[in-house]
Amino acid sequence: MNPGPRAARPPHFDVDRLIDDRRIRIVVTCGSGGVGKTTTAAAIALRAAERGRKAVVLTIDPARRLAQSMGLSELDNTPRAVKGVDGEAGGSLDAMMLDMKRTFDEVVEEHTTPERARQIRANPFYQALSSSFAGTQEYMAMEKLGQLRARPDWDLIVVDTPPSRSALDFLDAPERLGSFLDGRLIRLLGGTARAGGRTYLKVLHAGFNVVTSTLTKILGGELLKDVSTFVNALDTMFGGFRERAEQTYALLKRPETAFIVVAAPEHDALREASYFVDRLSRDAMPLAGLLLNRVHASGAAGIGAEQAVAAAERLESASDEDHVLTAALLRLHADRLKLATRDERIGERFSTTHPDVPVTRIPALAGDVHDLDGLRQIGALFDAG
Amino acid sequence: MGDWEGVRLHVVTGKGGTGKTTVAGALAMALAAGGRRVLVAEVEERQGLAQLFDVPPLSYEERRVASAPGGGEVYALAIDAREAMHEYLAMFYRLGRAGRALDKLGFVDFATTIAPGLRDVLLTGKAYEATRRRTADHHTYDAVVLDAPPTGRVVRFLDVTTSVSSLARVGPINRQANSITDLIHSPRTAVHVVTLLEDMPVQETADAVADLQAAHIPVGAVVVNQVRPPHLAARSLPAARRGRLDHEAVLAGLRAAGLPATDAVVALLTREAADHAERTALEKTQRALVDDLGRPVYELPRIADGIDPTALYELADALAEQGAV
Repeated sequence: MNPGPRAARPPHFDVDRLIDDRRIRIVVTCGSGGVGKTTTAAAIALRAAERGRKAVVLTIDPARRLAQSMGLSELDNTPRAVKGVDGEAGGSLDAMMLDMKRTFDEVVEEHTTPERARQIRANPFYQALSSSFAGTQEYMAMEKLGQLRARPDWDLIVVDTPPSRSALDFLDAPERLGSFLDGRLIRLLGGTARAGGRTYLKVLHAGFNVVTSTLTKILGGELLKDVSTFVNALDTMFGGFRERAEQTYALLKRPETAFIVVAAPEHDALREASYFVDRLSRDAMPLAGLLLNRVHASGAAGIGAEQAVAAAERLESASDEDHVLTAALLRLHADRLKLATRDERIGERFSTTHPDVPVTRIPALAGDVHDLDGLRQIGALFDAG
Repeated sequence: MGDWEGVRLHVVTGKGGTGKTTVAGALAMALAAGGRRVLVAEVEERQGLAQLFDVPPLSYEERRVASAPGGGEVYALAIDAREAMHEYLAMFYRLGRAGRALDKLGFVDFATTIAPGLRDVLLTGKAYEATRRRTADHHTYDAVVLDAPPTGRVVRFLDVTTSVSSLARVGPINRQANSITDLIHSPRTAVHVVTLLEDMPVQETADAVADLQAAHIPVGAVVVNQVRPPHLAARSLPAARRGRLDHEAVLAGLRAAGLPATDAVVALLTREAADHAERTALEKTQRALVDDLGRPVYELPRIADGIDPTALYELADALAEQGAV
């Protein structure tokens, strides 16, 4: 660590070196909402493909136009070739959008008979579970990642993470859902309806009937009946949910995986990034670096912000029509310098508390990105950052 | 009188990164001005309000965080699903041991982190309770501002009956959800959407407005945040965009201001002006899309040095001037 008064410049995060490294098989982009995670994932995958990797990008919830630009007009849960990718270096790019319900159906089908799978799919509790339970999206994103990794078609998988309440949910939610599905509570809920609570009364301590009758009161008998049918149909799968979650979690810990934390120069986004970086390091997970998006920069004109404002004021007060334009340009320049200084300061603060995390800065673009050229342009900035 | 007379619950949403927490804080401040009492609540465990008002982290307890001009008071609360669950169980079931057993079994975890909608019922339920709470013969709070989840999740968050009914079709949770639904679908609620004049936030705003309307949830205003000062006169924009500003005039201006007047400096300023003009053109297109939504629009200036309590007063003033309160 550098104890000096000024924050040391953090090590440079070389994105190209990362995607050129054939040992890297999985890249995960994570960070809080609104920082350009999905666009970054797509730009990384495209750049990797055009540098010779056989890449696939798994997106969770892309903006409509970005999805269209990659040919993802339908959500069919299968990777499709992206058109317009330069394959000269021998690479290719496939893209897919996660359909969590369908992925869940696939998991069920794989583990039980067609008859049982049909029963499960018709169960109201399963329908809620597979479409609206918190954590299902994260669980299924991990599940899909595991499936893609098991196929020989690609040598690089880029995963975008779901837009959760917290970036940590991507790591925690699958395990949470897995434990719930394999746990005591769901069996209790199922058993309550089946045996009117008596089965468990025998086994568990006294006073338990209060609990089961409370559950019935809170949730209603109908739900408990649904859960019970679900639990019965699912019997063959118990123990499997948690195990699957743990397997993908282990995959994420391997050195072939690289996490890229994406942030914008905003306090909230960087605070979230800090939490995530700390968590990765605590769990010994491979962090490649921080990608700081939309950083304002200003060229050196040798004119400081305050100097520019003072000069603009002088020109304006002289009420000389000839200098209205120059005064406006000086005010623009001052605004830009202020933004640049602020972004710099916020970035430095992160690096002071995380001096070992490599950082690359992507300058703010004037326009929005919604086609392959735009993604390419961002990819080219990885190098410059 | 402002645009939202009679509204007791102001919900603020927006795409991530648009500054919805800041706007929620400024709105609370504006609503409290003139001696009223307003509660602003967050639900995502981010401690965004504590940062905003520059106070220690908030707990599940309403705390006074600021005074508004004219003797008003702003209270803040971080709604925590677990605490709300315990409060709920205690209120309805007077649970002692059974409550602890439920906790041990993982039921509270299930209800607060996994079950769809239950968490949202608990969170919106607390806001619902605050809007109805009375002290003596009047409402405890004149208004409640809810810093809600981002646009992508807000309809599901507010439309609690739909999400809960997939799980609990009868019972007390269902009844609780129904009372919340009544409030949220009534004219006593307004959902304001915060955006920036950029492609994706505006697109999400349009989607959210359409989704809210489809769900019959009253849409409030669209707040355009972080608006930059124009600086460059409209008539200069086309030339600026093409990088064809009057080189000699700028040189002369720099000389007159006593600044280094070199071609390099003019070139840099011209490039910055081109960027600015391009962004302005994009913003104009986006602004037209915002206007097409047919909602009242408020603009808030970009605060270059970052948000602090002083800046919050400024933003609250801007909202008041534009008729928000």
